[in-house]
Amino acid sequence: MSNFFARFGNELYTGKRSYPFVERKKIWLGIAAVLTVVSVLIPLFAGGFNLGIEFRGGSEFTISGTSSTDVHAGEQAVNSVAPGTQPRVNNIAPGSMRVQTERLTDSQTLEVKDKLAAAYGVGADHVTSTFVGPTWGADVSQQALIGFVVFVVLAAVLMALYFRTWKMSLSALTGMFVTLIVTGGVYAASGFEVTPSAIIGFLTILSYSLYDTVVVFDKIRENTKDITASSRRTFAEEVNLAVNQTLVRSINTMMVAVLPVAAILFIGAGLLGAGTLRDLSLALFVGILIGTAATLFIAAPMYAGLREREPELIKQADRVHARRSSANAGV
Amino acid sequence: MARSRTRPGLRTLISLGVILLALAGILAGGAIAGKASWAPKLALDLEGGTQMILSPKVSGGSQINQDQLNQAVEIIRQRVDGSGVSEAEISTQSGRNVIVSLPGTPSAQTRQLIQASADMNFRPVLTAGDPAAVPQAQQLTDDKLPKPTAAPTNASDDNWVTADVYKQFEALDCTQPQPEKTDRSDPAKPLVTCQPASGAQPAIKYILGPVEVVGTDIAGSTFQLQQGQQGAVTNEWAVNIQFNSDGTDKFKAVTQRLNGYYVANQNSPKAQFAIVLDDKVLSAPRTLAVITDGRPQITGNFTQQSAQTLSDQLRYGALPISFDIQSEEQISATLGTQQLEMGLLAGGIGLLLVVVYSLFQYRALGFVTIFSLVVAGVLTYLAIAILGWTENYRLSLAGVAGLIVAIGQTADSFIVYFERIRDELREGRGLVSAVENGWKRAKRTVLASKAVNLLAAVVLYFVAVGNVRGFAFTLGLTAIADLIVVFLFTHPTLQTLARTKFFGEGHRFSGLDPERLGAVPLYRGAGRLREASEAAKSTLKPKNAAAMGEAGRRMTIAERRAADSQKPTEMTSTSGRSSRASENTGEEN
Repeated sequence: MSNFFARFGNELYTGKRSYPFVERKKIWLGIAAVLTVVSVLIPLFAGGFNLGIEFRGGSEFTISGTSSTDVHAGEQAVNSVAPGTQPRVNNIAPGSMRVQTERLTDSQTLEVKDKLAAAYGVGADHVTSTFVGPTWGADVSQQALIGFVVFVVLAAVLMALYFRTWKMSLSALTGMFVTLIVTGGVYAASGFEVTPSAIIGFLTILSYSLYDTVVVFDKIRENTKDITASSRRTFAEEVNLAVNQTLVRSINTMMVAVLPVAAILFIGAGLLGAGTLRDLSLALFVGILIGTAATLFIAAPMYAGLREREPELIKQADRVHARRSSANAGV
Repeated sequence: MARSRTRPGLRTLISLGVILLALAGILAGGAIAGKASWAPKLALDLEGGTQMILSPKVSGGSQINQDQLNQAVEIIRQRVDGSGVSEAEISTQSGRNVIVSLPGTPSAQTRQLIQASADMNFRPVLTAGDPAAVPQAQQLTDDKLPKPTAAPTNASDDNWVTADVYKQFEALDCTQPQPEKTDRSDPAKPLVTCQPASGAQPAIKYILGPVEVVGTDIAGSTFQLQQGQQGAVTNEWAVNIQFNSDGTDKFKAVTQRLNGYYVANQNSPKAQFAIVLDDKVLSAPRTLAVITDGRPQITGNFTQQSAQTLSDQLRYGALPISFDIQSEEQISATLGTQQLEMGLLAGGIGLLLVVVYSLFQYRALGFVTIFSLVVAGVLTYLAIAILGWTENYRLSLAGVAGLIVAIGQTADSFIVYFERIRDELREGRGLVSAVENGWKRAKRTVLASKAVNLLAAVVLYFVAVGNVRGFAFTLGLTAIADLIVVFLFTHPTLQTLARTKFFGEGHRFSGLDPERLGAVPLYRGAGRLREASEAAKSTLKPKNAAAMGEAGRRMTIAERRAADSQKPTEMTSTSGRSSRASENTGEEN
């Protein structure tokens, strides 16, 4: 297996094995466009996102270490304190129950806490209560939006400075936006709860997506540094080779990034239930997979597409083709 | 050249050791002095406790500025301290919210207290007295208690003092700290309260008349050194109040009445006008003159400090800030511990998966990854523990998540580096020079990509709301730790390892076996010694465009070999293209 990877890497490096990331760019970009549109449409038609309590406002109780998973007990406990409310009670993890209600007053919260502890036969110290005001989520979203804009602007400038071409910036940011939108689409389609932690997870995805792109683009830059002086490969071919040469790295990077996240997601959160850890890791898990794909199938091909029409590169490509046909004739 | 460059490798490793020892030494020093702890401090969500995020609201819906926010924090701090809760942490966030973290579960009363709006108003003094409670024996008997004969005609009317009010006044003990109350007194009724002792001034207790001027009538307040008759600055501090037009009129009417008492008897308590914040008297100056312009000046025994405090209090009295609880979380200590354990378990398993994957992909080289991760872990741990000591940084659950996510991101830079070394080996380079060249290329990539990570962490840190800020913090911290480790540990270690027999000769399990990587030795049979220096030149001096162009026209050895191996099949293809063109036609067989 490891042998296979080494050979795989070698073949990718020399170009013996090559995947047409750039050559088939119309297909990849088309797929990306469709996915993006679908991801925008899903929340529009499927009734939006499943917003967490932070956005709706309300009270939430988590009972841990209970052996009973009786939903009715929780509903009763809430109703005995606040009649007429319709609590949502679910079993979120082994031994953990979650009760969500509309906004309760302070004293009601304390009372419900005690009642729930009694109903599920645990000590009061096993009940965690959260109260969230209705404006909290809006606040979080606003801050996240500010963060998003600031980050995108700074990252665009950073990349334009480092790579000295806005076309790389634009391609990398496009890949990032697609990652973000499609991850959002996955969230909407699957009904995962969108919480402030998930939003922070989304912001982290931006960083991962760009990080991944920067590494690949660095190799592209290296391969195409003196492209005009060379007639070995066309620009598009050179980009494609760079992507293939970094493919093993992309896969390995994705794996080591996703493994710890998967550990939190499936082990930590599976046993604990919802919370900061799960929401963050879920967004990251989806985002890392999509982000890696976006670099390979969107950012790099798009960059090749943006540049191959430059007059100098068209001339260079002509020279490459001319040399190849003359070489052919020579053979 | 390569040989001489490996020596700094060892030196760098030693310098890293020195850094680590120094950090450990700092922490040990702190721990021995009893100020620091070896374990990182935990945030409330892990330790158990209550965290409230409050957004201050100024009446009238105007936006709050940083100054007012700081005052809001000050108000809450005074209230929390007054309610006897210890170890409360109160801070502002993003210039908009106030975060209050309390150990344990606060009582309903404490919660209300924190939320309650500041309430400032002015009441005339009816009676002032010694702070201590009047001993039972000396209290007035029922028949001697005041019995109002008529309805009071103005706020200073003695008819406000009923028997009940007087009994309350006698029983009140202002020598003891007064409990904070959440329910505010009725502004239309008299109030029995204390002026707490401050500095050299003892506590005083008062019976006050109904509210006559409210805090919102204050337009502003300043403090300054008092000016004497001739306009010369004296050494006395004074506080100036500026009322709005409404306040000016009301204040004028009040001072006309109170000044009358002063003129009649300079020591009459009824000449005093009390400034009351949250039902406690801040100051009760005597009315020496009728103030018609709404610009009273308060003087007497102020230090600069006390003048500033009163001035600030008056100013935020003008802004009744109340607090909306945006979110409140009560985490039991048991649950916090459980979550931490689960987080650590998940982190451990994540780490293990990364280790297994690294060993599988990179064989013995994987151990370099593992040790690098260990060094990065130690570095991060020391940083967190020291920050906990010096900056009171507390590790939250989100912070733990950041640490776990960082495992992958740290391992990332090694992968970039290792893949570059492998690329160099494929070019036919020897390991020592492959490490040097690979590093030169990887270094740039690692720096650029870490810059993106750091940028994201910094942006997240400054805009993040809620406890997810801890996530951004650890993410940024580990990005820095990663850079340190890659530069000061991973690279020098590889420099050193490259000279060992195991790695240098490309043992099967070294992960750097040139044969396995498809490399071609530089010496390719009699008389065909390829000039390694040429290819090396092109990478070492990439700016040398001419050389690059030359190198570009030639194929690298690995490419040539690949091309050679393809030739036979190429010739049979119908297109009859050159072997070089086939490199990019996408053979996926």
